[in-house]
Amino acid sequence: MNIIVCIKQVPDTNEVRLDPKTGTLIREGVPSIINPDDKSGLEAALVLKDKIGAKVTVLTMGPPQADLALREALAMGADRAILLTDRAFAGSDTLATSSVLASAIREMDYDLIIAGRQAIDGDTAQVGPQIAEHLDIAQISYVEELELVDKALVIKRAFEGGYFKIKAQMPCLITTLTEMNTPRYMSVSGIFDAYREKEVEKWTSENITINKETIGLNGSPTKVKKSFTKGVKAAGKKYEVDHKEAAKIIIENLKEKYII
Amino acid sequence: MNISEYKGVMVFAEQRDGEIQKVSLELLGEGRRLADELKTDLTAIFLGHDIRNKANELVYYGADKVVVADHEILKTYMTEPYTKTMTKMVNEYKPDIILVGATAFGRDLAPRVSARVATGLTADCTSLEVDKDTSLLLMTRPAFGGNIMATIICPDHRPQMSTVRAGVMLKLERDESRKGEIVDYSISLSSDDKRVEILEIVNEEKTKANIEDANILVSGGRGVGKKENFDILEKLAHEFKGLVSGSRATVDAGWVDRSQQVGQTGTTVRPDLYFACGISGAIQHLAGMEESEFIIAINKNAEAPIFDVADLGIVGDLHKVIPAVIEELKKAKKEA
Repeated sequence: MNIIVCIKQVPDTNEVRLDPKTGTLIREGVPSIINPDDKSGLEAALVLKDKIGAKVTVLTMGPPQADLALREALAMGADRAILLTDRAFAGSDTLATSSVLASAIREMDYDLIIAGRQAIDGDTAQVGPQIAEHLDIAQISYVEELELVDKALVIKRAFEGGYFKIKAQMPCLITTLTEMNTPRYMSVSGIFDAYREKEVEKWTSENITINKETIGLNGSPTKVKKSFTKGVKAAGKKYEVDHKEAAKIIIENLKEKYII
Repeated sequence: MNISEYKGVMVFAEQRDGEIQKVSLELLGEGRRLADELKTDLTAIFLGHDIRNKANELVYYGADKVVVADHEILKTYMTEPYTKTMTKMVNEYKPDIILVGATAFGRDLAPRVSARVATGLTADCTSLEVDKDTSLLLMTRPAFGGNIMATIICPDHRPQMSTVRAGVMLKLERDESRKGEIVDYSISLSSDDKRVEILEIVNEEKTKANIEDANILVSGGRGVGKKENFDILEKLAHEFKGLVSGSRATVDAGWVDRSQQVGQTGTTVRPDLYFACGISGAIQHLAGMEESEFIIAINKNAEAPIFDVADLGIVGDLHKVIPAVIEELKKAKKEA
């Protein structure tokens, strides 16, 4: 069984702070991590590898420094790592990104493709389903549980207030949630292998068959017109009083607002 | 692509068990506003089974036209049958703008449709405007965990597609005197179109009230300390006939259920009154509640960022303040 896991290296947005004076992002010192939903997807693939000996390939599109994320995936137990890196890919929106990833996947054998549900820097949840569309295969998103039963996948697919149990034949693509599992740590021998034994293959647009007009900034239907931080709202009154006084102030305010 | 062929606003009206989802009504309200501004029509597309008698509801909430695809295979959401039907409708009606609720199904369907018709899609928008000069749709969304906002355009492809967060747009008053056209749309689907098989549908929280619909929320953060301490928040919520919610930290700690999570990765809420108890105010949390009408923050740390968005801030120990508030509230009720 061949599994391809699509991962993205992202800044840990929990560590991002705004400069309270200027309202701009403080980017310095923000660590880069494997996107959490993707990491759970990788863990799910490695669980299948442990059980039935699947071959796990990790794939990412990104700048050269995304090598680090792939090395971490190799150290966790992935067999093969591919970094799609090319200036021609820069500025790709979700549709262009999915075109690049799908073209790379077409160069490989696969039964199951796993992508995280969404990345914490973009939060779009689009690239997985768009890859599935390009490859013309079924997709199951928001996956919380995954089981292999008689060569088919039995999947718990979450939605607001419930879940579906879905049976899917392969090849198919799933998008995974962090709730699914707790990813393993890199092992010491895994880290050794990741840097000494295994390699990260670098692919450019020359390694894949793709219409150059569908990639990069120019190939992206959506454009960022502007980005900005939200204006700081004028803060209300703040009281540092004893709890009884505080309760009275709260009730007075609510009466004024006709909430009570 | 001849962009001028694409006209009108289309809203995907999502139903579950035949029940029209609230976010879809919100999108009709927003779609109506955009259609009026562009001097064009608002069409709702409505996919399901035995749903035709509900199509009028979509008119009452603002649609000029409702296109109903009624088919057994469309009863429950499945990616391929819905994508196939919606793509066919998009290719025939050629809308300028498509809005889809950013639900667990809308976020599965919209990217698939966008890739099939090869157009752009902007995810989880919180604000939509029409550019006065170009008539392009300006789609604004939070990114970077809610740290920044980005305005996205789709200049050279059509339709301009957007998923929109629930609880952000305002629905119109239901108006039975509103008139609209109902179109029966025929689609041929077979079980081969399903591609996967749904073995079981489990609804877990049907009985639980929805924090999105609550007028008053009492929300707890890490400062609540432990699960048992949420009891006092429950009491306060009970006095207000409101509900309890929590920050991501409290969900991760297992103190409250994921369905009660407010924030960028949880639910966006805009109640009349929001109590933030022991919540420091991480940006990802603020993104989900800052539109609330009146925000009261109770926090020990006078420097907590939650005070920057609060209308009323109390620097103090929530474990003392909340019981006092309950007592005062009971007093106030007696007097009234």
